[in-house]
Amino acid sequence: MGTFSTFDIAGSALSAQSLRLNLTASNLANMHNVAGDAAAVYRARHAVFQAAADPFGDVLAGVDVLGVVESSAPPIERYDPGNPQANEEGLVYASSVNAMEEMANMISASRSYQSNLEVINTAKNLLLRTLSLGQG
Amino acid sequence: MQSILGVHEAALLFRARRMEVLAANLANADTPNYKARDLTFSAILDERLASARRIETTDDRHIEIDPLASRELLQYRIPHQPSLDGNTVESDLELARYAENAVSYQASLLFASGKISTLRTALTGSR
Repeated sequence: MGTFSTFDIAGSALSAQSLRLNLTASNLANMHNVAGDAAAVYRARHAVFQAAADPFGDVLAGVDVLGVVESSAPPIERYDPGNPQANEEGLVYASSVNAMEEMANMISASRSYQSNLEVINTAKNLLLRTLSLGQG
Repeated sequence: MQSILGVHEAALLFRARRMEVLAANLANADTPNYKARDLTFSAILDERLASARRIETTDDRHIEIDPLASRELLQYRIPHQPSLDGNTVESDLELARYAENAVSYQASLLFASGKISTLRTALTGSR
């Protein structure tokens, strides 16, 4: 309740956006993974967000991470018999992480993180000024 | 205390509440199907005026008539460019409104502290 809940709201968004950034980093790092089995290959991971209901009021507060889902995009099949991970037919399966999508996701997450940080800073300044109300 | 700070106390409370609503909008800028909301000053003013001319109840069995009780003060924003995922938060506009709200909060704070220093001057005899 009151101005203090601004910190909770923006804080939940900070943690959600940083999870999104971490997932993007993980996706980009594993972009070139290959495996001999289509089921074992790395799949892009994305966070699912949901608005969190404020238990004490009607205002929706903050954001919840519902979970992390793996992309259902099929891995890319490639003929590469020289690869040590190739199966008997000489096929490897490459991860289907889309670099463009991940970069766009990264920019969006970092911008959201920045704006929430600004919300926290402004709220902090206002609250400090309120605390010194009537002094001097 | 309310008579000392006058209208500024209510204004500060309104600004603090609006800060929360705008922070919730910004926090959910990437949440699918989230609809941005806002408190409008006129809605709050209408409610205050209505409560000022509320009908007196002098008996327990009297029914209180509050013309605006059912009216929702939080209103959904009409988006300029809604996203494909059903989200209607426009981060830059929300941030601008947040900044405007913060400045108004500071203005109210300045008026309130002016009132307090006036009182202090009166109490200490301008020493």
